[in-house]
Amino acid sequence: MKTVLKNKSKTVTSEKTKRMSGAEMVIEALVEQGVDTIFGYPGGAVLPIYDALFQQDKIKHILCRHEQGAAHAAEGYARSTGKIGVLLVTSGPGATNAVTGLTDALLDSIPLVCITGQVPTFLIGNDAFQEADTTGITRPCTKHNYLVKDVDQLANVLHEAFHVSGTGRPGPVVIDLPKDVQFAEGSYVSKTNAVTHMYQPQTEPDMTAIEEAVRLIANAKKPIFYTGGGVINAGPKASKDLTEFVKKTGYPITSTLMGLGAFPAHEEQWLGMLGMHGTYEANWAMHDCDVMVCIGARFDDRVTGNIEKFSPKSKKIHIDIDPSSINKIINVDIPIIADAGSAISAMLKVWKEEKYKIDQDALNKWWSQIDTWRAVNCLSYKNSDTIIKPQYALERLQYFLSKDKRDSFITTEVGQHQMWAAQFLPFNKPNRWMTSGGLGTMGYGLPAAIGTQLGNPDGLVIDVAGEASILMNIQEMSTAVQYNLPVKIFILNNQWMGMVRQWQELLHGERYSESYTESLPDFVKLAEAYGGIGLRAETPDELDDVIEQMLKTDRVTIVDVRTCQSENCFPMIPSGKAHNEMILAADADKFDKKLV
Amino acid sequence: MVVKSKKQNFSVYGDGPGNRTIERHTLSVLVDNEPGVLARVIGLFSGRGYNIESLTVAETNKELNQSRMTIVAIGTPAVIDQIRHQLERLVPVHKVNDLTEEGEHVERELALVKVICTGEKRIEALRSANIFRARVVDSTQESFVFEITGSADKVNAFIDLMIPLGMVNISRTGSAAISRGPNEM
Ligand SMILES: Cc1ncc(C[n+]2csc(CCOP(=O)(O)OP(=O)(O)O)c2C)c(N)n1
Ligand SMILES: [Mg+2]
Repeated sequence: MKTVLKNKSKTVTSEKTKRMSGAEMVIEALVEQGVDTIFGYPGGAVLPIYDALFQQDKIKHILCRHEQGAAHAAEGYARSTGKIGVLLVTSGPGATNAVTGLTDALLDSIPLVCITGQVPTFLIGNDAFQEADTTGITRPCTKHNYLVKDVDQLANVLHEAFHVSGTGRPGPVVIDLPKDVQFAEGSYVSKTNAVTHMYQPQTEPDMTAIEEAVRLIANAKKPIFYTGGGVINAGPKASKDLTEFVKKTGYPITSTLMGLGAFPAHEEQWLGMLGMHGTYEANWAMHDCDVMVCIGARFDDRVTGNIEKFSPKSKKIHIDIDPSSINKIINVDIPIIADAGSAISAMLKVWKEEKYKIDQDALNKWWSQIDTWRAVNCLSYKNSDTIIKPQYALERLQYFLSKDKRDSFITTEVGQHQMWAAQFLPFNKPNRWMTSGGLGTMGYGLPAAIGTQLGNPDGLVIDVAGEASILMNIQEMSTAVQYNLPVKIFILNNQWMGMVRQWQELLHGERYSESYTESLPDFVKLAEAYGGIGLRAETPDELDDVIEQMLKTDRVTIVDVRTCQSENCFPMIPSGKAHNEMILAADADKFDKKLV
Repeated sequence: MVVKSKKQNFSVYGDGPGNRTIERHTLSVLVDNEPGVLARVIGLFSGRGYNIESLTVAETNKELNQSRMTIVAIGTPAVIDQIRHQLERLVPVHKVNDLTEEGEHVERELALVKVICTGEKRIEALRSANIFRARVVDSTQESFVFEITGSADKVNAFIDLMIPLGMVNISRTGSAAISRGPNEM
């Protein structure tokens, strides 16, 4: 709730003031910020804004079916386009429904601006109808929030919200707007005259640290690049520069779940994802490396495993835009606070200027070591002629995607299917992979696919889903139908909350408590009931046909792929274990029995 | 098939980090004086499980609409570092100084101490107050209210002396702190 009193005098003198209502200011500011699409759901406390929306044609409003759906749709839109996602919801239940989406965006550093209606200022605190303490509730799940009680401050707050959301480490920002402020008339402050300079995080790297880092990288014997969502957030050029730099060095590279696509997966140097369900080669290389170059990743516990045993022999370089990420979990040798893009291009420049040469002999040895890990073929699985293995379904999907000319975008729900999608679908470009990493929100994928499709009308958008997760925001089918969004929902239907079942099998003595879903809907009929298309594959030989049909449809399509119910997702590092203690499918039987 | 014992004897998440050295640091935080800023700071501490020993805040610059908070926090060196960075991340926070880290600083707190006593104890209370340079700010036939300023240690020592003499209530402000010498914080 930032007061912008100090800015008021300036704006009044420096500009011919445009008078308008608070609701009109919202539209005006959105247009000035370059917003053309917003996601939302109306209600009493935002009616003035909806009225203003009705009387203009610059901003398209997408009516979702639930505020959580609207929030994830805005996230998918933001992540796939690089723009700031905007959502508009009413007070009370509208705001509380959006909270999961806001938290999701906070943990995955997705820029969102969320405008919530609020009861009139004179009723705040009275337990008025549909009143909730929105700024109180959202304080810990936003990057920043505002309650605007004075219409003359509104325009400045709106511009500042965009600035805060998109600058530094991106994140969600809430503006809580009482109804009387929406009606009140005040003076508008344009984007250029708004005072937003108070928040200026450091984005340019310290060049001495960059030089030191590049020297360390050049002299490494067993190096690895470990990159994350920060590279994606830094924009497509950061991914391009990263690719150039990594190729120049010839070093191996892995990334977090959030960072997939920054470096092309078809390159030889790509080791696959790391972490709990990452590849054998990526995790072993992390464990045994002597120089780790972490860019835009944050040593999350799903990545590090046991931190006491995390990459014990390496010198670590950590580039992050958020100073609080540095030394939070893992102590590093060279911390660099900077935007990932600026840091990568600075490193590339130093590398070229100093004409660094790598130690080719050492690198050859390192690669032959890595090749022995690769030879383990950690993603192999036992296929079947009668039952569809989820991995096989994704391999077939990938086969047809690779032949499709359209640019493809994958979103996911949360669970085993999400990890398999990360393992089996290669991403060669940034902004093509939308998944809920930090919060792990079931129900993310469908609304995110809707947002992605809106941001990329010609793209092929597929939500790789689980049958349990998809039910959490299934109502968004209706949104997809209304706006003719041909998103494909590829359900790996194992009838189980597969990831929960897997943990119960491996860690809780096979006591399958409440992880089986009785009475699932008929997904084909469900799709049809919404006005979409439903398809089903029950055996491996039905699969190709169904995928081909799915890719041809021009409407929202649900594909119910009946998969093996007992398949587990491997490799796996059990929580609290180290990278070199991971379990492969082949030795699942040797699972550490001390744990159960 | 995996053979499993019936009971689960420890968390699969491991035991967490062991005991580490705990330090006390005094942080001086310059913030915008606006509604909710205190809630933001407090929420940060409770949300991330940090420990506050004391927190004081008041407006210090009317023109710029800024306040200074003094926070005494305890934790491992890594946690103290995190606290500083997390505070810096808050949009209305302008500057965070770790005074304990940055060298010499003065720290003062004020306490009001109510003692109920008569006779010998009354004289003893006054004598101790004199040694500690505590002032009498209220007095009746059978009670005193002393005002004492000083470091937290000095205030603690004074309170320890007053307990057996009939201390019934204390009100403490918590530390306010500033760096020594000509350097601006
Ligand atoms: C909102 C929410 N509730 C609960 C969970 C815990 N959870 C993680 S995975 C999972 C099961 C998901 O089942 P499904 O969507 O069928 O995917 P599968 O693992 O079977 O592929 C659950 C319940 C969660 N991540 N999100
Ligand atoms: Mg399932």
